Amino acid sequence: MKARVHIMLKTGVLDPQGEAVRNALGSLGFDGVNSVRQGKVIELDLKDGTDEAIVNDMCERLLANTVIESYRVEIL
Amino acid sequence: MHAAVVVFPGSNCDRDLAVALERAGARVSMVWHKDTSMPEGVDLIGVPGGFSFGDYLRCGAIAANSPICRSVKDHADRGGYVLGVCNGFQILTETRVLPGTLLRNAGLKYICRSVPLTVTTADSAFTNGYVAGQSITVPIAHHDGNYHADAETLRALAAEDRIAFRYGDNPNGSADDIAGILSANRRVLGMMPHPERMAEAAHGGTDGAAMFVGLVRQLEHA
Repeated sequence: MKARVHIMLKTGVLDPQGEAVRNALGSLGFDGVNSVRQGKVIELDLKDGTDEAIVNDMCERLLANTVIESYRVEIL
Repeated sequence: MHAAVVVFPGSNCDRDLAVALERAGARVSMVWHKDTSMPEGVDLIGVPGGFSFGDYLRCGAIAANSPICRSVKDHADRGGYVLGVCNGFQILTETRVLPGTLLRNAGLKYICRSVPLTVTTADSAFTNGYVAGQSITVPIAHHDGNYHADAETLRALAAEDRIAFRYGDNPNGSADDIAGILSANRRVLGMMPHPERMAEAAHGGTDGAAMFVGLVRQLEHA
């Protein structure tokens, strides 16, 4: 089985990389981009039947820094 | 005073930190990240700068989960002294020994230059060699030094006099100009600037030396 973990900076945490991407889009002529938030996606290949709770535990303990990041687990 | 300096794959300030401590009179043991315990009778653990594990995932995140970091956390939990510099500070926030985290610099650039710092408190083993309010010059060399914590944590750090150093001219966007913070028991210091790179005349300045001299003096009698 596979799981996909989406990690994003929490609302209110400054994302200077997202802001740089927004500026670059603007200089390419893409108007109307109000904001860009950049995150990461981690794909896990897991033993069949792995509980989603275990993936959540992985996120809490390593994959995300919950001081600044939120995560969402998607079981594929 | 016996200090241990932790070495991770990718550490690059470990020997600088060891030399600064030795010059101040400490006995220093180097400890490898796969070790599971500290040498007997260690007074201070140094977590050095560098790019542990290539800064993969997040700066300090992989190092924070290495075997030796359990010993670092246990040492801190027992009331032991820990000094984390640069990547060491990032590792101490990832282990939750210190609150908050270090984000990418607000200007997105890696910054490598000497910067003015204000010693915000002299009330710690790390800063007792300075006078509160003193201005010193120490180099920074980081891409992710933008200190971030929630408003409640920032209020507590200020109210409890736990901000050890502030930037004179905030180079990276850090909240409240924070360059270094102390734990609640004042025995763990994490800071982005590198005092070990400003510890002898050949470095171009000696403003960092007082930290190591002060640490040895205080912990020698502990």
